[in-house]
Amino acid sequence: MEILSVTGVNKRFGGLKALDDVNLSVEQGNVHAIIGPNGAGKSTLLNCFVGRLIPDTGSVTFLGKDLIGAKPHEINQAGVSRVFQTPEIFGDLTLLENVMIPTLAKRDGAFTMNAWTRVDGQGEIRDKAMHMLEDVGLAEKKDMNADALSRGDKRRLELAMCLVQDPKLLLLDEPTAGMSRADTNNTIDLLKRIGERGITKIVIEHDMHVVFSLASKISVLAQGTVIAEGQPEDIKGDPRVQEAYLGGAHV
Amino acid sequence: MMTKFSPGSDLLMFVLFTAAILTMPIWLAPIGAGYPDLLQKFAIFGLFALGFNILFGLTGYLSFGHAAFLGIGSYAAVWSFKLLGMNPLPALLFSVVFSSLFAVAIGYVSLRRSGIYFSILTLAFAQMSYNLAYSVLTPITNGETGLRVLQSDPRLFDGASAASGPLISNLFGIEMTGYPGFYFCAALLIIGFYISQRIFRSPFGMMLRAVKSNQNRMSYTGLNTRPYTLAAFVISGIFSGVAGSLLAVTDPLAGAERMQWTASGEVVLMTILGGAGTLLGPILGAGLIKYFENIFSAYNEQTLHAIFSFLPDFMEGPVVSIASLFVGEGWHLTLGLLFMVIVIFLPGGIMEGFNRIGKLFRRRPSQPTKRAGHSHSAASAHAAE
Repeated sequence: MEILSVTGVNKRFGGLKALDDVNLSVEQGNVHAIIGPNGAGKSTLLNCFVGRLIPDTGSVTFLGKDLIGAKPHEINQAGVSRVFQTPEIFGDLTLLENVMIPTLAKRDGAFTMNAWTRVDGQGEIRDKAMHMLEDVGLAEKKDMNADALSRGDKRRLELAMCLVQDPKLLLLDEPTAGMSRADTNNTIDLLKRIGERGITKIVIEHDMHVVFSLASKISVLAQGTVIAEGQPEDIKGDPRVQEAYLGGAHV
Repeated sequence: MMTKFSPGSDLLMFVLFTAAILTMPIWLAPIGAGYPDLLQKFAIFGLFALGFNILFGLTGYLSFGHAAFLGIGSYAAVWSFKLLGMNPLPALLFSVVFSSLFAVAIGYVSLRRSGIYFSILTLAFAQMSYNLAYSVLTPITNGETGLRVLQSDPRLFDGASAASGPLISNLFGIEMTGYPGFYFCAALLIIGFYISQRIFRSPFGMMLRAVKSNQNRMSYTGLNTRPYTLAAFVISGIFSGVAGSLLAVTDPLAGAERMQWTASGEVVLMTILGGAGTLLGPILGAGLIKYFENIFSAYNEQTLHAIFSFLPDFMEGPVVSIASLFVGEGWHLTLGLLFMVIVIFLPGGIMEGFNRIGKLFRRRPSQPTKRAGHSHSAASAHAAE
């Protein structure tokens, strides 16, 4: 079943055509990787999915719901979560609070005036958040301030914040950028375990090791258009992809 | 953070706080602050700062126009006296209604921006209210003279006997001046503290701290930040309005200068001095500033000469003339110096100082932590954020 469908999306920044008639179809349960050289428009495309950018033309529909013009919190409440390239977390709050906030958002919606009960009385929410922290291996740091974490841990915390909401679609913008090889492999294992939950994922990635160990389908973006699409094995040998990456000086 | 505050420790903190406030006339007497007029100010401005802190301390939105709500609360209260009689309860109700209406309107517009632009917008609204009260709205505010209750006002619920009596607010026969006035304000401060404590520990309070930390993440987590900030703004506006009405209850007079930007700036100083984002800090800050205002501004050259009389004559003269710069009219100089010292060495305010002292004791586990001594410092150990 198709979960996200992108048709004819165009986006211009002044004279630069960042996205040129992009069509994309993401199947439920798949890990769909979007790869491409620097400046190909990968992040711009992702921003169009979460309401950060509004494309000039075209449509983005998620389970039949039009996402264009929807507010970021509405898109999230519809079931789309996003991990950012630089971790976006609540730096002044503890890890447990960081994970409890999305859990509450999932239960209570975009705004609830819950000012008379106690946070520590929310046993169910707290347990769910603790389980999530255990899953990503951060349980013993639950009372630390999130700012004090390493870059890799911050990324895992952000992933936990997204996963605790049981999203239908998870967008990952270079989840392993700036990580050591060991951390990268840990993250790959974590993402594979998430795969068992049946969450559909879109991954933007530079690291081919990550892409080929996770993706079930790959779209290659270059200069704002999808130049190739298919199974990882097909993409590996595709001459157009090699040309886009290596500049086509040799064949 | 949240594990440190169990319902039990919060209850203890609330009980200690209540005890400390109600016994203020006793333990503040030795430092010359045990008289009702000043105690009333402690309670009223404590409540004002407490409300301001719900907005600034939790969400980080720095309003520079909260004095507008103080003034609106005062005018609403005096109008309630004029129309309905001298009972303070309808006056409180009036001020809650009007300050919340204004807070919704001002907050709705101002909260479209954040950071410095939000501060400027709130400042503009407050100055606008101030100038309107002085000029166009004179029929409602009585302009420069200030709004007073007159013998000829309708005062519907005042009986025939009260109609000719003194124009002092009274709660079912108890006149709201002196100690009864203080205890009335103290009761509202304690209620305000309880509400503030509930908010701090609630999921709503956690969301407000999340607003301060990262609004971007909040939106992408499925939370609409605008209603959260607006709710915080309105709650803090109501606190300020109630504080304003208490000013009118203890002295039934409302003037436009109450809304001036200096008054808005004062509550910012109080909150930062005490410790923004902590429960007790703003109240301590308010107390400290009001204490300085009343005590230091009362000093003059004679009292300084009396203090420094132990010095030889050739030294006494220069010492007194230097010290006199810092007292009387110049008490703001003392306040400015104190503020500078606190912000530079203790950016978290007085509460951070208490926490550092608390940590010194905790580092040696063999020694029992000093808890019993002073009710304020004992409670403050719990209040740390």
